[in-house]
Amino acid sequence: MVSIDLLVSLVPLFPLLGFLIVALNVRKLSHGVVSLIACGVILLSFFASVYLFILLLNLPEESRSIFVTLFDWIKTDTFSASFSFLVDPLSSLMLLIITGVGFLIHVYSIGYMHDDEAFNRFFSYLNLFVFFMLLLVMGSNYLLMFVGWEGVGLCSYLLIGFWFKNKDYTSAANKAFIMNRIGDLGLILGVILIFVLFGTIQYTEVFAKASSFSAGSEIITLITVLLFVGAMGKSAQIPLYTWLPDAMAGPTPVSALIHAATMVTAGIYMVARNNILYALSPVALELILIVGLTTALFAATIAVTQNDIKKVLAYSTVSQLGLMFVALGVGAFTSGIFHMATHAFFKALLFLGAGSVIHALSGEQDIRHMGGLRKYLPITFVTFLIGTLAISGIPPFAGFFSKDEILAHAFANNQIAWGIALLASLLTSFYMFRLFFLTFSGPVRASEEVMDHIHESPKSITIPLMVLAVLSVVGGFMGVPEVLGGSNWLGEFLAPVFAQSKPLIEMHHLDHGTEYTLMAVVVVLTIVMISAAYFIYVKQNKQPLKEGTALGPAHNLVYHKYYIDELYNALFFKPLFWISKQFETIIERMGIDKIVNLSGSAVVEGSKATRWLQTGNIGFYIFAMVVSIVVILIAAMM
Amino acid sequence: MKTAQGIPLDYYIWLSAALFTIGILGVLYRKNAIVIFMCIELMLNAVNVLLVAFSNYYNDASGQVFVFFIMAVAAAEVAVGLAILIMTYRNTKTTDIEVLNKLKW
Repeated sequence: MVSIDLLVSLVPLFPLLGFLIVALNVRKLSHGVVSLIACGVILLSFFASVYLFILLLNLPEESRSIFVTLFDWIKTDTFSASFSFLVDPLSSLMLLIITGVGFLIHVYSIGYMHDDEAFNRFFSYLNLFVFFMLLLVMGSNYLLMFVGWEGVGLCSYLLIGFWFKNKDYTSAANKAFIMNRIGDLGLILGVILIFVLFGTIQYTEVFAKASSFSAGSEIITLITVLLFVGAMGKSAQIPLYTWLPDAMAGPTPVSALIHAATMVTAGIYMVARNNILYALSPVALELILIVGLTTALFAATIAVTQNDIKKVLAYSTVSQLGLMFVALGVGAFTSGIFHMATHAFFKALLFLGAGSVIHALSGEQDIRHMGGLRKYLPITFVTFLIGTLAISGIPPFAGFFSKDEILAHAFANNQIAWGIALLASLLTSFYMFRLFFLTFSGPVRASEEVMDHIHESPKSITIPLMVLAVLSVVGGFMGVPEVLGGSNWLGEFLAPVFAQSKPLIEMHHLDHGTEYTLMAVVVVLTIVMISAAYFIYVKQNKQPLKEGTALGPAHNLVYHKYYIDELYNALFFKPLFWISKQFETIIERMGIDKIVNLSGSAVVEGSKATRWLQTGNIGFYIFAMVVSIVVILIAAMM
Repeated sequence: MKTAQGIPLDYYIWLSAALFTIGILGVLYRKNAIVIFMCIELMLNAVNVLLVAFSNYYNDASGQVFVFFIMAVAAAEVAVGLAILIMTYRNTKTTDIEVLNKLKW
């Protein structure tokens, strides 16, 4: 019988070991050995997570949390932080997603990256990422979470800029890193404030002390808003979202693992983890709701006009993350986590499917050069269809249950919010089916040269696709709502985590009739949107316009992503560069350089005057020495 | 009367002062590097005499321990210094410090 302590620490230890082995022998190991090690450690980690999960299920509901302290990390009179892990229903669920989906993506990468020269380096980064992600969700205090938080940011940077010979890719990596840093500043300030206010950074202690604050307390609001700024950066919400679409520069498995399934959901996890603090601050929840709604709708409209298969998925991810924040904003923490889990399945599936298409088309990413791939890539076609149905929210696929839950909570809370969220989700089904039809049906638009090489992807790619497709079908059943005869198992499982905040949040309950109506409305409208996409892109066989075609003003605005990048450029980068230029010419060239050169020339000039003292005559030196000693002696005696 | 080993303390001080002065004068006036070297040793030993005398007078052994250190350091210094002088002599055929004035700016 393995002790629990060991088992818990093994979960993050395996990926770390994998990283060390691969990274230290990056030039020596063969690709086969590296794939075996890198995937093996994640699989072991997954087994440990499953074991922990079963262990939690067997515990009585109130005591479902395992706390493991490895060692005292920092210890002073006023501040202490231990290196300790907390495994409760929330982090246990995250562990399963990270290691489970992570393992599938590792296997996928073997096939996807097989002819890349930096194959070993890629896997070492992936393992390191999984390690930091596990640290983020398992840490039992804010500091440890922060270490993981920064670590995944680093790995994200390394993997976006993985093909660093391309200058655009490295600047995309820089953009992601710098933008995240802006968010992280908020997070750091939030954590510092928590320490100042509560005198501790241990989750359990903070949450216990938080209950003595009354709802609407200003300092709590400040803390939660600052923490949310961190979440905005990591989870790509307005105004810090522009890095995520650019992050598609990385290899596709990276987009699936980091920029869809795990890292970008860290913000959701963090807000859900601090649910008690957020419950105490209606203002912060309001802010989350507004930001989530705007992002969901905004990103969805951009996705409709994009032509790069990965960019569409990226904007879709931003939009879906917005939807999760909507759930958190109305206080439905469980629904947010539920959607995060199902989203991890189907968005990973969609990205991997897109990767399979890109792989088959020798690196082509533009949907204007795809089309008619159904008969060439049958497995990718079927799995991609499942993913598309899941994200659109067609019952009984995973996305239906989670999205329906969010929409129901939004409706109960605020009908305007429901309207906007519904619009975003309808746009989602439209652009996803647009993408789907343009890729897989209609005439083949790829060049003959590309079509000569077309082939269904190898097993290491198709098997993860199939597993994820199955998960996208059945994943929703972990949270079947009561109204459909389910028991909302996930809600009950997560209940202990949110127990403290529950009494603080006013939950409006809908009667069953309203819920049925809402569901029916959503599903019917979704089908209408899919039919519209079918009609436009299959029946009418409308093609996206070629680059450089004149567009209407509204279309042009959306096609260029509302010129947000250009706006940031004009608003921040240009003034910043201008200021730097001024600093360079005035302070650097005319100030600091002058002072430095002056001190240098002062030494040279000064030494000219005293240089004659060094005559080379030893007798003179001794004489000077004796005289000086005598002078010093006399001075000392006086 | 202050004494050490039956001899008045003043005598030690005068002896030491005389030795030290001879050393200084030798260092200042002589031109032969070896002689200067010997004068330096003389100055060191003048101090040693004083240390031993006061050590005995105060009944404190640490002064004598100090002397052993000085002797050890002086021996090491002589070894290095003489080696340098020998090499200098081999190369320049002189130990006159008036001639050895090449090391300057």
